[in-house]
Amino acid sequence: MSFVPGQPVTAVVERVEIQKLRQGENLILGFSIGGGIDQDPGQNPFSEDKSDKGIYVTRISPKGPADLAGLKIGDKIMQVNGWDMTMVTHDQARKKLTKKKEDVVRLLVTRKSLEDAVKHSKCSYAKH
Amino acid sequence: MIYNFFVFRDRRDRHRSKSRDSGSRGDKSVTIQTPGEPLLDAESTRGDDRDDNWGETTTVVTGTSEHSISNEDLTRVTKDLEESTPLECKRFVGPALGGCLSFFALVTPLAFLILPQVLWRDALEPCGTPCEGLYVSLAFKLLVLLISSWALFLRPPRATLPRFFVFRCLLMVLVFLFVASYWLFYGVRVLEPRERDYRGIVEYAASLVDALLFIQYLALVLLEVRHLQPAFCLKVVRSTDGASKFYNVGHLSIQRAAVWVLDRYYSDFPVYNPALLNLPKSILSKKMTGFKVYSLDENTTNNSTGQSRAMIAAAARRRDNSHNEYYYEEAEMDRRVRKRKARLVVAVEEAFTHIKRLQEEEVASSPKHPREVMDPREAAQAIFAPMARAMQKYLRTTRQQAFHSMESILTHLQFCITHNMTPKAFLERYLTAGPTMQYQQQNGRGRQWTLVSEEPVTSALRHGLVFSLRRLDFSLVVTVTPLPFLRLGEEFIDPKSHKFVMRLQSETSV
Repeated sequence: MSFVPGQPVTAVVERVEIQKLRQGENLILGFSIGGGIDQDPGQNPFSEDKSDKGIYVTRISPKGPADLAGLKIGDKIMQVNGWDMTMVTHDQARKKLTKKKEDVVRLLVTRKSLEDAVKHSKCSYAKH
Repeated sequence: MIYNFFVFRDRRDRHRSKSRDSGSRGDKSVTIQTPGEPLLDAESTRGDDRDDNWGETTTVVTGTSEHSISNEDLTRVTKDLEESTPLECKRFVGPALGGCLSFFALVTPLAFLILPQVLWRDALEPCGTPCEGLYVSLAFKLLVLLISSWALFLRPPRATLPRFFVFRCLLMVLVFLFVASYWLFYGVRVLEPRERDYRGIVEYAASLVDALLFIQYLALVLLEVRHLQPAFCLKVVRSTDGASKFYNVGHLSIQRAAVWVLDRYYSDFPVYNPALLNLPKSILSKKMTGFKVYSLDENTTNNSTGQSRAMIAAAARRRDNSHNEYYYEEAEMDRRVRKRKARLVVAVEEAFTHIKRLQEEEVASSPKHPREVMDPREAAQAIFAPMARAMQKYLRTTRQQAFHSMESILTHLQFCITHNMTPKAFLERYLTAGPTMQYQQQNGRGRQWTLVSEEPVTSALRHGLVFSLRRLDFSLVVTVTPLPFLRLGEEFIDPKSHKFVMRLQSETSV
């Protein structure tokens, strides 16, 4: 999932659609994010490449909307409702996720197991 | 006689202790070396006669015959002969010549002044104030020349070089030519026509003295200053045990660099100990018993290289455990040395507690405890006995017994007691192998070294030069590399530019 500056980023992504839950006056999604281009990438426990400054899911509240939608801890969020999440500051990411006017967020997330699955299926296909 | 007896006992002791593992049955007797035993020159070869198998495989020379002479004796005799070569006159020829020449040069201006006065005083024109000024300056310059020549050049040489010292010869020739030409002109222009202008003569003498001062300046730069700025790095490696050092020198000729290196060798390198050199034969001998390769094919010619290569390949393939043995032998040796060292340290500490310095006030104190008052020598002898055995065992284990005789240990002990040294300071001399200077005896004979070089020894040092300094049983190999040229850049850091921030790692729930 590392990238070379100037080259296009390719990743195998999964579409996750989360319905926001109303709790009092807030709409919550039920997970926490970490990372961003203004943060220290070396502290990220989920990234493979310690210079990756993307937005990662660091915690999922059990039985929350994100958990029910299939988001997993350690996922890297690539897009939120069409907005890019690979080159944003932490605060910008938070804002894109917590827009009051939107009820649902559609995320594109990627994780290592997705890449592995694709690679595995490619190999086994090639054998035949 | 006594010496021979000691050697015989020594062999028997070692033979006894070799037969099973060490430490379980120690020697019951204390071997005492006779005090008169000469301290061997630190660099002499004793031959590898501390070998374990020595007693078994050679015929024993009975110690009582007066005509017996062992290997050690032979080498010692040759060493003595070598060291006692008569004081070479060659050593002093150079300085003597230089001295004569400089005396001649210094006397010349005075001669120039005095000769007209002596020979034709009446015919000379009187010369007033300017002459007096010239006299004073002449006297002053001669004094400066005298003092600086004495300070700089009149030193006993510490080494004889194999070839002429080029710069020195050049300068002496220059001085000689100079003075000779001045005399020539003097003879032709002044003595013959009996020159009457005395002031001119005085100025002539003054100009000679000026020129001599400038030559001395040249000599100073060529002989003393030029080689001070470092330009080369010399790597000096001792051929027998790999002890090495790096030195920075300036522009020198090979022979001068050799002298420079030897100066430093005597105080930097640990002393050469021939007993510490080789792996014990028990480990290496396994390699010798390879198996022979016979060629049964009659048609092929006797291909000896093929055979030996086959043998080497076979030997390499065979599983070889000598490294294993070496490792365990080293570990065992270390353990033994440390044990002996511990015993030695304890014995010495205890021995030192037996005496104390007598303070002045105590002399007049109570006659109840009349203690025997001893001088340092007696005190040393008194406390030497309890530590003698531990010391001897330790020296034997570290193979240093050739460098320290009982007499030298006693002298050192006396020295330490006199200067209020602690047991640790006393032991410093024995626990680490010191530089060669520590074991030298001062005799005026000097040490014989041979400079081996492929280039003529008066040529200057340059990159890639290799020469070696050989002594009887080891040599120092010197490699020359130039010091790298340094390009020093500059970077200015504004003191206000040191600013820091905390690393961010926030986590937000959404």
